[in-house]
Order: sequence, then structure tokens, then C-alpha cells
Amino acid sequence: MLKIENLNKSFGDNHVLKDVNLDINKGEIVMITGESGVGKTTLIRCLCGLEEYDAGKVLFLEDGEESQNKSIGLVSQSFDLFPHFNVMKNITYALIKVKKYKKEDAVKKAKELVDLLGLSGLEDYYQYQLSGGQKQRVAIARALAMEPQYLCFDEPTSALDYKLRDSVGEIIKTVASRGTGVIVITHDREFARKYANRVYELGA
Amino acid sequence: MDYIIEVMPFMLSGLKTTLWVFAVTAIFSIPLGVVVCLMRLSKIRIISFLTKIYILIMRGTPLMLQITFIFFGLPIMGIVLNREIAAAIAFILNYAAYFAEIFRGGINSIDEGQFEAAKVLKLSKATTYFGIILPQVIKIVFPSVANELITLVKDTALVYVLGLGDILRAAKTLSNKDASLVPLIIAGGAYLIIIGILTFVLRKIEDKFEYYR
Repeated sequence: MLKIENLNKSFGDNHVLKDVNLDINKGEIVMITGESGVGKTTLIRCLCGLEEYDAGKVLFLEDGEESQNKSIGLVSQSFDLFPHFNVMKNITYALIKVKKYKKEDAVKKAKELVDLLGLSGLEDYYQYQLSGGQKQRVAIARALAMEPQYLCFDEPTSALDYKLRDSVGEIIKTVASRGTGVIVITHDREFARKYANRVYELGA
Repeated sequence: MDYIIEVMPFMLSGLKTTLWVFAVTAIFSIPLGVVVCLMRLSKIRIISFLTKIYILIMRGTPLMLQITFIFFGLPIMGIVLNREIAAAIAFILNYAAYFAEIFRGGINSIDEGQFEAAKVLKLSKATTYFGIILPQVIKIVFPSVANELITLVKDTALVYVLGLGDILRAAKTLSNKDASLVPLIIAGGAYLIIIGILTFVLRKIEDKFEYYR
């Protein structure tokens, strides 16, 4: 379980996150909604270690004990694929560099994710050759390759047209069904109702 | 024609000077530029501040003055250098400052999201810089670096202030002695050929980065 306890974060005088408390279980989809500026993105940036928080705790718990495995992934709004790598290398790079996989093993693992996310045939493409939805799925594959316990999505539907919204919803369900805890920021209440196990209204 | 053949050995020895000043400066100032750039971007205030001063001096005073100062000025402080070394040091220090600023512009133009994506994937700082950021920076800065290198070919003529005989100095000497414009035309042709080849090579390298946008 990912346990957020009394999390506080200010930017100067702007007290963005005030005593945020939230638990996310593995395999669960928690959607975070709220007005613009209530700190939804700041919250997941704190979870992912991209932002220091001022007070409170972010605990990775395993059977009530603090876990050594603090792995968490992020699919950002702009996807931030590495433009100089093709799809395959985007997915395998961290596996090879961080998890010290052999290249063949990394490619094998990436292939599974490519199939899971419907990216077959795009392995050699660069990001400029991909559509928004494809880029997003590469970003998801890249994050999943590292087998994070939790995966954050920042506004996954904002860059997509109506038709693709449901396909990313289904992908999120698939990710959760594999045992990953999923935290999704969204403005889209309908999307939240349809796919979330729980909706957390930030700033309410 | 006979005249051209007659002056060729002297011109060629000048060409040799031009080429080594160019090569030594290019080889050493680019890596030094990377180091200076990283120092300039350092979060340690004093390092960043001193580097700023260094860049200001190098870009804010004429290269000719810097060459003269290093050769004639440093001996006052007990550092005596021969002409070649003094010229090389001045060129390398000067060009490193320009390259550092070009690289800084390149790094700043990389989207913050690239650093953050790397961080969330737990890539080390070194892997992030050398695997993710630097390759993209190289593509971005390459045209500016190429431009500097072309300027450098012509700047090498400044070594004449230390009495070193580059190709332009050889041409001027011959031109004065023989009251002929031919040596100057030869020198001009030589510069054109060097820069033509350089442009071609740089273009080929630039094409290598065209595989992505």
C-alpha cells in the first residue's frame, strides 16, 4: 500500500497541498480530481520524487511494514519520450542501465509490453513518427518495463480524442489487474466514474 | 606559374602553422568547453560565479590581446612559455568560453521533462547526462559549433602577433617582398579549400543526427 500521510507542500506563499491523506492499494485505480491549481500534479510529483514536500510522509508499505521497494512510475502529460531513441530503446534503456538486464532479456520483456499495448510494428519508430496515443502507450510501456509497484498518470485523457479515451481507460484497467496500484489525475469526471475504484477529490 | 612553384614551400610551411593551431584548438577547446559549461551551470555559487567572470573576460576582450598577454604578460609572473604553447593556450581558453556558452544554450533548450523522465526511471546522473541529454544537446548545438570552427580557421591568422608564421603572414611577407598579389590569392584559395573541406565534413556529421527530430 502507498500511504500518504499529512502531506504538505507550499510554493512560497502558495500553500498548495494541505494535509493530504490518501492510501492506494496495489491493483487499485485511484483517480484524483479537483479544480485547476489545487495541486493534483504537485501531489504526484511528490510521490515520484520530482518535488520535495515540506511535511508529512509518503510510505511504501508491505504487510504494514515499510518496504524497501519504493518503485513508482510516471506517465506525464507530455509523455517525455527520449526523442533520440526508437520505441524499443525507449522501453529497454532503463532496464539495461538501471536493472542491468542483458540486451536480449530487455528486448524480450519489452516485446511483451509492446504486444500488451498494441505497439507491434512500431518498435523502430521515433517519437516524431508516432501519434499522441501511440506516444502515450510507449510511455506506459517504458514505465511498466521497470515493474513499478505504483504507476501515476497525469491527465491521460487530455491529449486524446474521445475515441481513444476508452482505450487508455482499458489500458489502465489492465495495468491495475496486473497488480500495480494506479493513481490517475483527471479532469474528466465521467472517465473517473467509469474506470476508478475510488475517486479522491483534492482540495475539497 | 614558376612564381607559384617558387613561393610554394614558404606558403606550405605557413599552411602547416595554420592547420596545427586550428587542430590543437579544436581538439582541446571543445572538451574544455563542456567542462566550463558544467562549471557555469554548477549549483555551487562560487564556481558558477568564477566561471562567469572567466567567460566574460574571454569573450569581452580581443583574442589578439589575450594571445599577447599570455606570451608577454605571464613571464612577469614567472611563467615563461614558448610561442607555440602560448598561442595554443590562448586559443584554447578563448574558444572554450565560446563553446561553453553554446553548450549551455543547448542544455537549457532541453525540455525539463527529459530530466524528469530519466529521474523517475532511476537513471543515474551520469547516464542521464551522457545517454539522454548530451546526445540531444550535440544535435542542437552542432550547427553553432560548426560555425565557430569555421571562424577558428580564419582566426588562426592572429598568431602572427607572436611572430609565428601562418599562411596569411607568409602571403603578406611574399606580397610585400615581390610586390605581387599572387601570394594573397594563394592564401585566400587555401582558406577556401580548408573551409570547403571542413564544411563538407561537418555537413556529413550533421546528417548523421537527422535520424530523429
